[in-house]
Amino acid sequence: MAQSPFSGSDAYGEVAGRRMSRRTLLRGAALGAGAVALPALLTACDSGPSGITMGSNASDAVPKKAFAAAFTAYEKKSKKTVKVNTVNHENFQENINRYLQGTPDDVFMWFAGNRMQYFARKGLLTDISDLWRDFGGFTEALKKQSTGRDGKQYLVPYYYYPWAVFHRKSVFRERGYEIPRTFDEYRALAKKMQKDGLVPFAFGDKDGWPAMGTFDYLNMRANGYDFHIALMSGRKSWNSPQVKQVFDLWRGLMPYHQKGANGRTWQEAAQTLAQKKAGMTVLGLPHPGQQFSAADRPDLDFFPFPEIDPVHGQDAVEAPIDGFLMSRKAKDEDGARDLLKFLATPEAENTYLKYDPNNIAVNSGADTATYTALQKKAVHLVAGARQISQFMDRDTRPDFASTVMIQAIQQFLNNPDDIDGLVNDIERQKKQIFAAG
Amino acid sequence: MVTTRARHAGRPGPRRHTRRDLAVLGVLLGLPILLDLALIWGPTLASVGLSFTTWDGVGDIKGAGLDNYRNLFTDYPPFWPAVRHNLLWLAFLGLLAAPFGLLLAVLIDRGVRFSRFYQSTLYLPVVLSLAVVGFIAQLILSRDQGALNAVIGGKDPTDWLGDPGLNIWMVLLAACWRHTGYVMILYLAGLKSVDPGLKEAAALDGASERQAFFRVVLPTLRPVNVIVGVITVIESLRAFDIVYAVNKGRNGLELLSVLVTDNIIGEAGRIGFGSAIAVVLLLVSLGFIVTYLVQELRGEQQR
Amino acid sequence: MTVSTAPRPAPTRTGPARHGRFGVHLFLTAVSLAFLAPLLLAVYASLRPYEETARYGYFSLPRHLSFAYYRQAFVDSGMSRYFLNSLVIAVPGVLLTLFLASFVAFAVSRLRIRGGTALLMVFTAGNLLPQQVLVTPLYVLFNKVPLPYWMSDSMTLYDSLWAVIAVQIAFQLGFCVFVLANFMRTLPREILEAAIVDGAGVWAQYRRVTLPLCRPALAALGTLQFTWMYNDFLWGLVFLSDGDKLPVTSALNNLRGQFFTDYNLLAAGSVLVALPTVLVFLLLQRHFIAGLTLGASKG
Repeated sequence: MAQSPFSGSDAYGEVAGRRMSRRTLLRGAALGAGAVALPALLTACDSGPSGITMGSNASDAVPKKAFAAAFTAYEKKSKKTVKVNTVNHENFQENINRYLQGTPDDVFMWFAGNRMQYFARKGLLTDISDLWRDFGGFTEALKKQSTGRDGKQYLVPYYYYPWAVFHRKSVFRERGYEIPRTFDEYRALAKKMQKDGLVPFAFGDKDGWPAMGTFDYLNMRANGYDFHIALMSGRKSWNSPQVKQVFDLWRGLMPYHQKGANGRTWQEAAQTLAQKKAGMTVLGLPHPGQQFSAADRPDLDFFPFPEIDPVHGQDAVEAPIDGFLMSRKAKDEDGARDLLKFLATPEAENTYLKYDPNNIAVNSGADTATYTALQKKAVHLVAGARQISQFMDRDTRPDFASTVMIQAIQQFLNNPDDIDGLVNDIERQKKQIFAAG
Repeated sequence: MVTTRARHAGRPGPRRHTRRDLAVLGVLLGLPILLDLALIWGPTLASVGLSFTTWDGVGDIKGAGLDNYRNLFTDYPPFWPAVRHNLLWLAFLGLLAAPFGLLLAVLIDRGVRFSRFYQSTLYLPVVLSLAVVGFIAQLILSRDQGALNAVIGGKDPTDWLGDPGLNIWMVLLAACWRHTGYVMILYLAGLKSVDPGLKEAAALDGASERQAFFRVVLPTLRPVNVIVGVITVIESLRAFDIVYAVNKGRNGLELLSVLVTDNIIGEAGRIGFGSAIAVVLLLVSLGFIVTYLVQELRGEQQR
Repeated sequence: MTVSTAPRPAPTRTGPARHGRFGVHLFLTAVSLAFLAPLLLAVYASLRPYEETARYGYFSLPRHLSFAYYRQAFVDSGMSRYFLNSLVIAVPGVLLTLFLASFVAFAVSRLRIRGGTALLMVFTAGNLLPQQVLVTPLYVLFNKVPLPYWMSDSMTLYDSLWAVIAVQIAFQLGFCVFVLANFMRTLPREILEAAIVDGAGVWAQYRRVTLPLCRPALAALGTLQFTWMYNDFLWGLVFLSDGDKLPVTSALNNLRGQFFTDYNLLAAGSVLVALPTVLVFLLLQRHFIAGLTLGASKG
């Protein structure tokens, strides 16, 4: 075996080096283990259960700071302490089942709609109907979204963000585009944009959820809010003519959507809107602005998803609500109630939104003076809504949304022509999942 | 190395254990066995049991007979693609990454300069965590912003990660990227211990370098081959993180472990159904283990 | 006790092979660069602002370069605390795994105990299951195991680092037993037999005779195990509900928003998190290769 002098001398160095540093290595590792492990494991006993605990899913800088400001305001006011337990948003969601059955915090952040009602039904939440009697500034629609199937209230809503069709004002102005009110106008506008060399709809569904927004709106506009919610809760069948019609309408728009949506993140999609390569995109209020430079942000605008069936008009608005829940296992129940009472005030929402202007407050008493034009418009949109939906993955069972619908919609985007096969597949899986209870 | 070789003459070892010996054996064998049974095999058997039930993780557990399996085989669209992808994964790692790792090891072992540098570089992908791999995939393969399309150019960019017929190959390349270094290091180590006298003898017999390798070196590498084989099977059947980092294992990137995760780990509480997928995975794994067991026993007898 | 089992022969200088290595170098360099390029590109991206790469793509000339993201990643994610958690999990985890696995491997391969092969199979087969399979039953189990308050502030095994360490050890035992048992079979029996004649007990045979010979292999496995336990994320996620106890890999997720993720920031964070594993590898490379050399040699 030929060996270069280089690696040959290495071999000797290795023997010597091994003898010496192996021992130091082992000793170092053992010392390190002792020094690091013991105190850190034992410090667990220093922090006894004092104050109200808050489970937070806001781990990134902006909302984390905004929530911290709101909690500090409460601490100052009540002289109590709020101990925040932060876990990344996605992980918090994945772990929610285990979290609520294990050692949950007194109060935790969650979503409205079916996704909250599910845990209420399982007896993992504490009824706060008594608090709701004294709440002010919440609309009936909000109350409905905060209510479980048993008619009791569980959620303190905090903020929401409507979905709509976003675009750039300057593009519409320069090219003389009109805001479409009906679906026909919408399609005609898309056609015109395509002729002008724009991608009519910026579109990305790599993460699986963004395309749900389009489905929800198509369904609510064509079949109405009630049908949509019945479909989401498993009471209507997916291979009904109504659902087929929705997919059919969507297929008609497909040529105007940005190609390769399943490989594109919504961020990249919004980027094409920011760069004026695309004309419109269906997203939520906090999304597209993130991709705009500060100077371009005032140029961002939206219009409500156009009307399909005049019977349903533009009545429904998709506006997911985030808020707070109290866990059944709450240790400091009085403290938790007191904190929830505070979080329902306009003051608490103002404090939050000062640091995170990507959402809008749910309380009608909240201060809108500092809102951007876009936020004001969003308030207007939601205020005019006759019904508020929460988004597919919040209005239906989470297992159905994540193991069936995401895959089905992505499959549809790959192959929009086999609608019958698709809806039959969905319906079969839906039956199994909803039958499981 | 020749002198340190063990000779198994088949005679039984002395079996005179004192009471202290038995205590040591009891504690130090008992503890790991207990851990393994309580934390690995117990839960595994529990999963097998759960696969015949429906359970959302919160409420009551209801018996379901074979329903989960029936639904899995007939009405769960991602299942068969996932099985296919797992086998593809195994073939790709076994037929491409492992031999490539061996080739690199042989080249480096021939005593080139800078071998330390090559080793480190080729091994580096092994230490990467999930987040890095996902980001790197996005970095290179993103249709709009990725480096690959920027280099290729063209009017109609390829959708490397979104095209369900294409993305699995990209991900397999990434898997090879990580597996090659792993395999290379193992073989490199094995090659260094091959008795150079054997090769020289082969050379004296007039064998070419290639012949010497296949006739003399490779057979002596049998223990490494076994380790590499087992690792490749493990990595292929447990494969999870790359596809999960790329797009959560959907749209052409389905794998069995991803389906298990979707149904068990997430907010979705289909524990019985997810367990049924896990049982299928377990059976496939056991198939390979039995094969390994047979091979190992045969090897034992030859010695 | 150090036994010089250096596997390599003294360097022989047989001439002809030295020449004509240009092709080999070219090939190895090309492959190395191909392997390294994605990593370099990731580091490059981490030095550039998000707005820039989003606008011009990742493969474009830089307009701004700075280390600002590294500072931000370290501070925003609260990395130092999570880093400590990871060490608390990984260091005892690696040491205990190696200790227990080496003894099982010793018993199986050196002591000729009855059922040794079956035991080996039980451990090896346990290693073939994906982690996700075990999550639900273990969760239920851990919730039912009470612990005193001084050990766990949740009063159960669930939501305590003990749970994570225990599972890490149990889960990695199989692989370590498999490799170490294979390795120990290659060790010379004569030394052991001599020790037995001298009246050495089981512990002495393990600790004084076998273990010293295994040190390189243990160092090698230690490197791999450290990498795996340190990078692992699932166990921490499912068995801990207190965010402050999570391992460092979860700190990376703190850099992701509910909707928006600045990938360049994430890249900077990833580089920081990967540093310890890279460092461990580079430091232990000698042991690593020497160790695997012994482990892989045939008996």
